[in-house]
Amino acid sequence: MSLAIPFKPKPSILPGFGLSLGITLTGLSLIVLIPLAALLLRAASADPNEILELVTSARTLAALRLSFGAAFLAALLNAVFGLMIAWLLVRHEFPGKRLVDAAIDLPFALPTAVAGVALAAIYAPNGWIGGLVAPLGVKIAYTPAGVFIAMVFVGMPFVIRTVQPVLAEAETDVEEAAALLGASRMRIVFTVILPGVMPALLTGFVLAFARAIGEYGSVIFIAGNVPMVSEILPLLIVIRLEQFDYAGAAVIATLMLVVAFVLIAAINALQGWTRHRLGDA
Amino acid sequence: MRMRLPAGALRRCLLPLVALLLAAAFGIGSAARAQTQQLLNVSYDPTRELYKDINALFVADWKEKTGKTIVIRQSHGGSGSQARSVIDGLGADVVTLALAADIDAIARRTGKIPADWQKRLPDNSAPYTSTIVFLVHKGNPKGIKDWGDLVKDGVAVVMPNPKTSGGARWNYLAAWAWAKRAYGGDEAKLRAYITRLYQHVPVLDTGARGSTTSFAQRGIGDVLVSWENEAFLVKREFGADKFDIVVPSLSILAEPPVAVVEGNAGPKGTLEAARAYLNFLYTPKAQAVIARNFYRPRHPEAAAPEDIARFAKLDLVTIDGEFGGWDKAQAEHFADGGTFDQLYKPQR
Amino acid sequence: MRDLRLSLRASSGRSDPARLLFFALCFGFLALFLLLPLLVTFVEAFSRGVGVYLDSLADPDARSAIRLTLLVAAIAVPLNVVIGIAAAWLVARFEFRGRQLLVSLIDLPFSVSPVIAGLVYILLFGAQGYFGPWLKAHDIEIVFALPGIVLATLFVTFPFVARELIPHMQALGGSEEEAALMLGASGWRTFLHVSLPNVKWSLLYGVLLCNARAMGEFGAVSVVSGRIRGVTATLPLQVEILYNEYNTAAAFAVASLLAMLALLTLVLKSILEWRFADSIAAARGH
Repeated sequence: MSLAIPFKPKPSILPGFGLSLGITLTGLSLIVLIPLAALLLRAASADPNEILELVTSARTLAALRLSFGAAFLAALLNAVFGLMIAWLLVRHEFPGKRLVDAAIDLPFALPTAVAGVALAAIYAPNGWIGGLVAPLGVKIAYTPAGVFIAMVFVGMPFVIRTVQPVLAEAETDVEEAAALLGASRMRIVFTVILPGVMPALLTGFVLAFARAIGEYGSVIFIAGNVPMVSEILPLLIVIRLEQFDYAGAAVIATLMLVVAFVLIAAINALQGWTRHRLGDA
Repeated sequence: MRMRLPAGALRRCLLPLVALLLAAAFGIGSAARAQTQQLLNVSYDPTRELYKDINALFVADWKEKTGKTIVIRQSHGGSGSQARSVIDGLGADVVTLALAADIDAIARRTGKIPADWQKRLPDNSAPYTSTIVFLVHKGNPKGIKDWGDLVKDGVAVVMPNPKTSGGARWNYLAAWAWAKRAYGGDEAKLRAYITRLYQHVPVLDTGARGSTTSFAQRGIGDVLVSWENEAFLVKREFGADKFDIVVPSLSILAEPPVAVVEGNAGPKGTLEAARAYLNFLYTPKAQAVIARNFYRPRHPEAAAPEDIARFAKLDLVTIDGEFGGWDKAQAEHFADGGTFDQLYKPQR
Repeated sequence: MRDLRLSLRASSGRSDPARLLFFALCFGFLALFLLLPLLVTFVEAFSRGVGVYLDSLADPDARSAIRLTLLVAAIAVPLNVVIGIAAAWLVARFEFRGRQLLVSLIDLPFSVSPVIAGLVYILLFGAQGYFGPWLKAHDIEIVFALPGIVLATLFVTFPFVARELIPHMQALGGSEEEAALMLGASGWRTFLHVSLPNVKWSLLYGVLLCNARAMGEFGAVSVVSGRIRGVTATLPLQVEILYNEYNTAAAFAVASLLAMLALLTLVLKSILEWRFADSIAAARGH
């Protein structure tokens, strides 16, 4: 299949298709696709029986469930709160707003290992919050809940940062008109505001979700890493590597990659669809 | 369209990208070859403090003997991942790892270390040894005295994952050796013990340092199964009034070995210095530093008596005598489908 | 319109319970996931006093880590900005088959665990990798040296700029650019004077995120760096090294340096906002 056919654009007056396609594809190929192809190649070098056994083993599946399940929930929480916080930052004034705004990127700037240590210090049974809930018999760190916490942390900036600029430039006229016409606030949120930011919100969700799936550094500090219970997929890869089993590591990595890619492609398609529908409406 | 001239424009934009990448590649490649001789010692986690001291001594010693200045660079990490880095091309002049299996892996996969490396230096190429002991909270509230106490009800044991940690493999083998004797060679009971032992582990960290942190800083568990040197270090770092060391009735003689990576040092021209560096570890000066850093020296007479007095006498099995060497132990216990995989059944 | 907005603001009074709940939820979330970790970082960093804090930053290894991290970001971020803008322009301004696929491919590095991101370069350029022998024959160092660290960083930060720009440019639509072209502006001119100013906020966020992540990346870099103290240890690796040496205060001191990037963000954004306010007023001609 030639690349030229799928990439042929619909006629447009705008220039730069060739140039931007060239830069994008070159960058994408050199930085992402060729290295990932090496990964697939290495995975393919494994014995098919071994691949099947590895991919269908109870332990791999348990880790798969945990990684994707916790990542999905974390992204969901981030989507809800991310939208709210973006709204807070764009539409409200309060003291210290700039500081809060600036601090949003912290989960990126803080090395994941530090984040893991800091979160473990907070949520461990002898930590600030872990200590509060420990008497109630609730354990956060060193359980799957710890995995979830770390994933929420690393994914937090995505939704806020994708929704924020769109919200900032959205015209408030429609909202105001709706308010004047007597629409309730909830109704305005769901019929006027939400559809407008939906593509950005979905993008943020995808990014937070994707980031959470792959997160390693911060999670291992707070997860407990007990096989079948609190063991994430990236850890399984590391365990393979420690045994010099590159092919096995590549197999699990490929599994992760395929599942993640399918999910992301699905959400992106959904995003394209919502945008289209909104555009047509 | 006017702008549709990708050929020229593309070249103008892409060439700098590629050029930058290449420039970076070559630039640093040559910059790294500095004028003074440099040795890179690729080591495992708990030896950081030890080699900080040793390096200072060796640099002075080398200057005195040869008149040359030498710089020693350190890289620390999990023993297995450090070995993997060397296999993948990290330019180590010497490796000082947690177990012979990791150096064997480098020798086998790269040929940069001769196959008979362990015979090239005295004492199995291990200038210091250690063993596995227990670290408990002050006063030993759970009354832990030996391996059998680790599986009592309500005891939580912290130790790392043998799949990712060299130290954890020594832990596992020490527990195995004890259980083999305790249950009179009854294989079923021995295996049941191992299963129960790991069911008492609430946090399976990836490395020895991770486990130490979970236990000492996060307050997880009642007992940390750990390197002896690490246990002493914890007492020094976190306060001797917080923890006690418990020595079990039987443990394993852990021999963290060292080797020159000839395939790296040869072309770099640092072979002589690398060999001198490792030989230096056996000198009285270095042996004293080794004892001070809580490793058991091969030549205790060289060390300060109070450093030696710290080390409890206990029965130690060896990897060769008990398990038939690392190759066999690795395949039998830690490889895919080995005893650890068979026996590990987490408690839900 | 201005009056109307004021009236809308006024209608939602301060004692409004829904509004209070909204604020409480937002700040609760921020406190739990943002403030506390930040607080822990700084409390630990200064736990042994300001002297130790400053000493740990002045340490030669720490300084070398700072230099390396800045260098890596200085190479990786501009490259990603160029690629990101090109990708966003392509995706947001043209309809073509395979576009959704392209967007998903751009996202791919996010879903790839940092561990893998490092591993792929080892598989390619490591001594046992596909290009390993060739590189060795030509005496080129990629992994366990700067190029490997830059590549791993490029990989993990690849989607940021594009992903910030795409939804924004899609929301704006291409009509302004089309108008500019119709009026006779050249392609570059249109791009520089219409497209870029329109999306400058998303671009800025993208760059800031990209930069923050580039400097903070740990997992991928740790695989390809070799962790040689003072040579290939970036700031995050230096943090880990120090932490593993039970040197918690120094570890968090170095970590706090990275956290303070956020403050830099603040300054940068304020400056831009300030300039932006001027240009708005000028444009309106008031």
